[in-house]
Amino acid sequence: MKRLVPFAIFSAILAITAPRAFAQPSHVSASTIPTDRLMQPADLPPLLAPSNAEKAPVVLQVGSRIFYTEAHIHGSIYAGAGSQPSGLAMLEKAVAAFPKDKFIVLYCGCCPWNRCPNIAPAFDRLRTLGYTNVKVLYIPNNFGDDWVSKGHPTDK
Amino acid sequence: MAYHLPSPRRVSRMLLFALLTLPALAQGPASLVHKPAPPFVRTDLHHHSVDLSAYRGHVVLLNFWATWCAPCQVEIPRFVQWQTTYGTQGLQILGVSMEDDSAPALALTSRRHVNYPVVMGDAQLGRLYGGVLGLPVTFLIDRQGNIAAVYKGQANLNAMERDIRRLLSAGGQ
Repeated sequence: MKRLVPFAIFSAILAITAPRAFAQPSHVSASTIPTDRLMQPADLPPLLAPSNAEKAPVVLQVGSRIFYTEAHIHGSIYAGAGSQPSGLAMLEKAVAAFPKDKFIVLYCGCCPWNRCPNIAPAFDRLRTLGYTNVKVLYIPNNFGDDWVSKGHPTDK
Repeated sequence: MAYHLPSPRRVSRMLLFALLTLPALAQGPASLVHKPAPPFVRTDLHHHSVDLSAYRGHVVLLNFWATWCAPCQVEIPRFVQWQTTYGTQGLQILGVSMEDDSAPALALTSRRHVNYPVVMGDAQLGRLYGGVLGLPVTFLIDRQGNIAAVYKGQANLNAMERDIRRLLSAGGQ
């Protein structure tokens, strides 16, 4: 019986921690992001102008790395897919050096807005970490149609 | 570390490439309609070579997707059904997974009993197809190898099926 005690304790710990360790974040709809946190695509390019360098936000792509490699907002940084635990860890590293009031703009554009699996978890994570000046680029259809095709500044 | 300026010939090649590809990227996948489907050769999830040109004479449905793309998940069961129903009439569905790692694609295609080849995509293939910068995107390619239609976002699958049947009824090459 005594020999079973360590096994029972190990099993109990595993039962408590395993679901948390291996769970994928459930889909959180982009519609949960407060509307006052949204930014229209046309409002971002003026903020990225060289004349606005001191006040410019840091722009983070929180979706697919392949899409980022293909094309991304001029000067933006790849910060990991928000739907993945590894992506959220990457996001935390990307913002770690910034003050909590840093102006940050998140975007994805992998899928139609309400079906995007990345943007809401990324926004929630930054809010949980205490970042107070975070905006989310509202991309209704996808990054190609709503940013690149509109002629907004893009790095390819 | 020495830095060598590219030769004038190399610069002109780079400019030519940019001139040929950037307008398509700016206009998006729809700019490829009525043009020859860009050729590619890739290895599928089961390590078989997939050469698009080998399907000349077939109607090809080329679907860019990912496991994290919710609208893509809606389409896959229909594609599986169409491959079964129309495969003998000359339909070939090809999937291109646009994610960094093949493991999730392999697991999902196994779970969903996907009965058509799926290759791993990348930025180069995305650019080749006009800039695949949102999912899903599906190209319908006729028996002559020309792109007949492009469907972006959550497509009307009944309309897509009608288009496939129309191309299939157009007969062999």
